[in-house]
Amino acid sequence: MGRRTRSLAALAAVAVALPLAACAAESGPPTLTWYINPDNGGQVEIAARCTQEADGEYRLATEVLPRDAASQREQLARRLAAKDSSIDIMSLDPPFIPELAEPGFLAPIPKDVAEKVSADVVQGAIDGATWKDELVAIPFWANTQLLWYRKSVAEAAGLDPAKEPVTWQQIMDAAKEQGKVLGVQGAKAESLTVWVNALVESAGGHVLENPEAPADEIELGLESDAGRAAAEIIGTIGREGLGGPGLPTADENATMTVFQRDNGSFMVNWPFVWSATNAAVDDGTLDASLVDDIGWALYPRVDEEDEARPPYGGINLGIGAFSEHVDLALAAAQCIVTPENQAEYFATNGNPPASTKAYDDPAVQKAFPMADVIRESLEQAAPRPQTPYYNEVSTGLQETWHPPAAVDPDTTPQESTDFITAVLRGEALL
Amino acid sequence: MSDRARDEARLGWWLAGPAFVVMVAVTIYPILQAFYDSLFSYRLTAPGDKAFNGGQNYVVVLSDPVWWQAFWVTALITVITVLVELVLGFLLALVMHRAIRSLRGVLRTAILVPYGIITVVSAFAWFYAFDISSGFVNHWFDWVPGIDPDLNWFAHQGTSLFVIMASEIWKTTPFISLLLLAGLSQVAGELEEAAEVDGATWAQRLQRVVLPNMKAAIMVAVLFRALDAFRIFDNVFIMTNGANGTTVLSLLAYRTSIGRLEIGLGSAISVLLFLCVIGICFIAIKLFKVDLASARGEG
Repeated sequence: MGRRTRSLAALAAVAVALPLAACAAESGPPTLTWYINPDNGGQVEIAARCTQEADGEYRLATEVLPRDAASQREQLARRLAAKDSSIDIMSLDPPFIPELAEPGFLAPIPKDVAEKVSADVVQGAIDGATWKDELVAIPFWANTQLLWYRKSVAEAAGLDPAKEPVTWQQIMDAAKEQGKVLGVQGAKAESLTVWVNALVESAGGHVLENPEAPADEIELGLESDAGRAAAEIIGTIGREGLGGPGLPTADENATMTVFQRDNGSFMVNWPFVWSATNAAVDDGTLDASLVDDIGWALYPRVDEEDEARPPYGGINLGIGAFSEHVDLALAAAQCIVTPENQAEYFATNGNPPASTKAYDDPAVQKAFPMADVIRESLEQAAPRPQTPYYNEVSTGLQETWHPPAAVDPDTTPQESTDFITAVLRGEALL
Repeated sequence: MSDRARDEARLGWWLAGPAFVVMVAVTIYPILQAFYDSLFSYRLTAPGDKAFNGGQNYVVVLSDPVWWQAFWVTALITVITVLVELVLGFLLALVMHRAIRSLRGVLRTAILVPYGIITVVSAFAWFYAFDISSGFVNHWFDWVPGIDPDLNWFAHQGTSLFVIMASEIWKTTPFISLLLLAGLSQVAGELEEAAEVDGATWAQRLQRVVLPNMKAAIMVAVLFRALDAFRIFDNVFIMTNGANGTTVLSLLAYRTSIGRLEIGLGSAISVLLFLCVIGICFIAIKLFKVDLASARGEG
């Protein structure tokens, strides 16, 4: 071997050895990666607190997922299908959990952990984290929609939703008589599915009768009195212009803007509207008197006699099945969901806790005077269909129940059933 | 073959080699993989259930009205945007061609600004301009009699497609105008002068001298833009996400592959989209060849 060759060989050896040495030099506790949905920094703070509390057992780092839930699901599903071991903990939207649980992408939650994380948790959150009677994710925060109303409009209509539950018919009549606009989400998006599901459930029915069945055996429950009642409400609001001209494209934010205007009346929406409205008042973009005119109550009923089943949302924590540190991830997830962390997260980021205890925190009661109503709403909330084929069902509903003005109780439930059934059987495209 | 020629040929292969490898890796392989996947029933969240189903995915796709509606909407967008861009691009090119020499550079830079903006950004800008709650366009209609100031542009198929196509035209016309400007520069000045001396009007010179000599540039512009427009995605995804009959083929492929995680069905849609694009290439190249032949006086 010549001198020049020897020098090159030595250089190559150093080039190979240096990075290896750098790897070997990495010491300390393992770093767990928690894939979070975007928020106001609350999950990063919780990760820092849990890292500190772990006392050197693990470090908890966060990675931010895309903004909307569907994109979060897409990214996680693709990576889990590729057995990505970097996913230790995931913040998951409840409707997408069965799809990840069914193929074994989520590590099982041991019985003792399941018992611990289910104690003092609202029923809606437990339902949303359960698949085939097993808890497959850990409830973290639990969202629900309330009925928000302008006290002046309700009073003029002779309604007091805080004292007595109101029905959809009553709020539609009130808005019509006073020439006001209702705040409902009519955009062709997930928010429309949320609305349809809440109406069908409130009318005593279900979008899917057997959500745990295989794709070609799933039966829809839309061709029913409940389905027709839901279609009647959505169609009436659309045809009579009660949702305003922006209804076919109204998402949660657009709905809030409509409600905040002079012709706002009633609105169904998540609790973020309270902190957002207060922030706008603080910024001077909204009049302070608006806040005094806003009231809140449980979601409207479809029938006067039957309790409403408000929408349920939120985030549960899934543990990646291919994580190299499943035990540590389970420990970290339990740290994340302590009632203290949930209360702090609600007070600072506006996301309601799944833990009933967290609602008693004075900071929560101060930041959200409607905290008790939220807790009550979560107890009677109904999750969207828990099925591995949720995306097909949800997109199928959006295709057939949009625009709201075209929704007809005589035809829409039937069309929707036929279309979703064909898609689930692989006979039609979405 | 001489030694020198052989060496040059070998060098040519070496130089083209890396580009060929990259092309195989990022173009040929994915196309073949997509075609292979399109023959299977294959859902990403059920990897164990992957099964060969022959051409069943193609049967499902081609017998579904959803695919045909997406096809016609895509074709409509392609035809209208390319035609309007050609007319506007030609007018812009004429203005730049006739502009005072010192202004030409400024004009070219100015009109290229929309083309330089990322499509996602321009799509959001157009969306917010026409949005019923935050857009400024509806405020303009406050004083236009007979037009509804509360028009929700994204609630109807016609108005949604209008905004989508307008944003596409706004963004891409500059590109067409530069291509056509290059074509205009190739038209010999003597020909125009001779026609003018013969008493031809401006319109006659345009019709009989300028346009026939620009056929090659026009065909290149049509080919580039038709291919681009047929694959339209960003504008539709951001503005309507396919609502109200605005689904295009690329969005349908995305919704099936990524949204439903149905890789087999989604691949079939992608392969069909690819074949449509190949079809456009084939037609345009055929026309282009004819034109080149006629431009050389062989036709």
